Amino acid sequence: MTSLEVNGRTVQVDADPATPLLYVLRNDLGLNAAKFGCGLGQCGACTVMAGGEAIYSCLVPISALEGRPIVTVEGLGTQEHPGPMQEAFMEAQAAQCGYCIPGMMMRAQALLEKKPGASGEEVREALEPNLCRCGTHMRILRAVARAQELMKGGR
Amino acid sequence: MQSASDTAPRPFSTAQIERGANLAAIGNCVTCHTAHGGKPYAGGYPVQTPFGAVHGTNITPDRETGIGSWSLADFTRALREGMSPEGHHYYPAFPYAYFTHLDDDDIAALYAFVMTREPVRAAVPANSVLVPRFAVAIWNARYLHRGALASDASRDAGWNRGHYLAESLAHCSECHTPRDKLGGEKRNEYLAGGEAGGWEAPALNQNSSSPQPWTSSAMGQYLRTGLVDEHAISAGPMRGVVENLSHAKPADVDALARYIVSMERKGPDMANAAPPAASAHGEELYAGACGECHDRGRAAEGGALQLGKAIAVALPTPKNLIHIVQDGITPREDSAQPWMPAFRGSFTDEDLADLLAYTRTLGRKPAWNDVQGQVRAARREGEGK
Repeated sequence: MTSLEVNGRTVQVDADPATPLLYVLRNDLGLNAAKFGCGLGQCGACTVMAGGEAIYSCLVPISALEGRPIVTVEGLGTQEHPGPMQEAFMEAQAAQCGYCIPGMMMRAQALLEKKPGASGEEVREALEPNLCRCGTHMRILRAVARAQELMKGGR
Repeated sequence: MQSASDTAPRPFSTAQIERGANLAAIGNCVTCHTAHGGKPYAGGYPVQTPFGAVHGTNITPDRETGIGSWSLADFTRALREGMSPEGHHYYPAFPYAYFTHLDDDDIAALYAFVMTREPVRAAVPANSVLVPRFAVAIWNARYLHRGALASDASRDAGWNRGHYLAESLAHCSECHTPRDKLGGEKRNEYLAGGEAGGWEAPALNQNSSSPQPWTSSAMGQYLRTGLVDEHAISAGPMRGVVENLSHAKPADVDALARYIVSMERKGPDMANAAPPAASAHGEELYAGACGECHDRGRAAEGGALQLGKAIAVALPTPKNLIHIVQDGITPREDSAQPWMPAFRGSFTDEDLADLLAYTRTLGRKPAWNDVQGQVRAARREGEGK
């Protein structure tokens, strides 16, 4: 059994310790925000936070995650009370097909938690590992800028 | 005020400029003479040395901030003696101790090449070296050996060409030979492995850690493209070298390859002592994070080199492997070469150390010393960036 803390809840997972987190999130815990894109750490659709860092959940086995709090998009807020990152992505209508968006949100969240005043250039650089095939990059960048305002208490 | 002679075209032939371009590519000049994001050859790149940072100078023909006012004699003196037209010493981070062996025609060709670049007005930041410039004279007395290299009559012209290029412009041993306390090369440990920009520069002599012996043709392809079957892709500071060599004349790169491979002398040692015991935790981490690609080999779609063939797991320290795991491998902009994700932030220091220790067993080598300490040191370095 591996003990994980996911979105503030401690869960016991009965899976091979070498299993990458993504499969546990989706198949065992029913948390489907993080997506399977390439399974090789090339696209970023599976990005979640662990211990405050953005990680490719498709490549990090659960045995590396005990004691490191995991946050997925489900942990950022609810449908009734979306968190600032979720609110901002809805306001900016940043999703086209939406497949990359949870990864984008989590990588942006990790950046802004560490560096609330990140510049536009720093946001671009941080999001560089995450791919979007629809081409909504400009909206995604607007959404992250908006999330920055909302996190600072702006409206 | 410009006089008529300043604006007159300089008397360089196209052939001479092309020859200079080839030599500049072999010399890797652009790397240290270009700032991050700056104009080519306009200087400002900080070369970190144990004695402080030395900035590559502006070698475009701008008259104020570059070398536009230099004569060929000034240029020759800089390359052969490490001395500016005003008579001050350059720091040996500028590899004049190698360039000193260049022949007159090659220096003239390099001069033709740099003097026909676009002039860029760009002042270079001050150096932070604590050693006064006059002290370099002492260093020169000990380490600067001027004059032409002796050719080896027992070898053919190709080998001798490779020797000349490696020991002058390409300055391979600048990184691949260990240095003494004064920063001079230990010539009795020629090509025995050194250090560059926080990476290990692998030994190229009989101490080579390469899991597979190199052939001249494999080395030639590696130097031109960074990628050849059965060997790891170029990484770290070597990537810039390969990028430049990809623009050099293939015959010259092949000559370099022949010379370098002749230094390896013997096949690497595959019959090692029994590999260290693997930790189960390290093996789990490998299976989840690495095995998906690295177990399948390059021939498989999305597959990557099996780590038993990768030099990074066979080197004396895990330094290079830490860089590669943390920062990944990014292909050149214009190429579809292999790619590896950056794992920075994915593992705790303890987990990363377990993972690295496990990969060492795939290289069938005795365990590294203090892997955790090296992981922590690398992280502190990375945070400083």
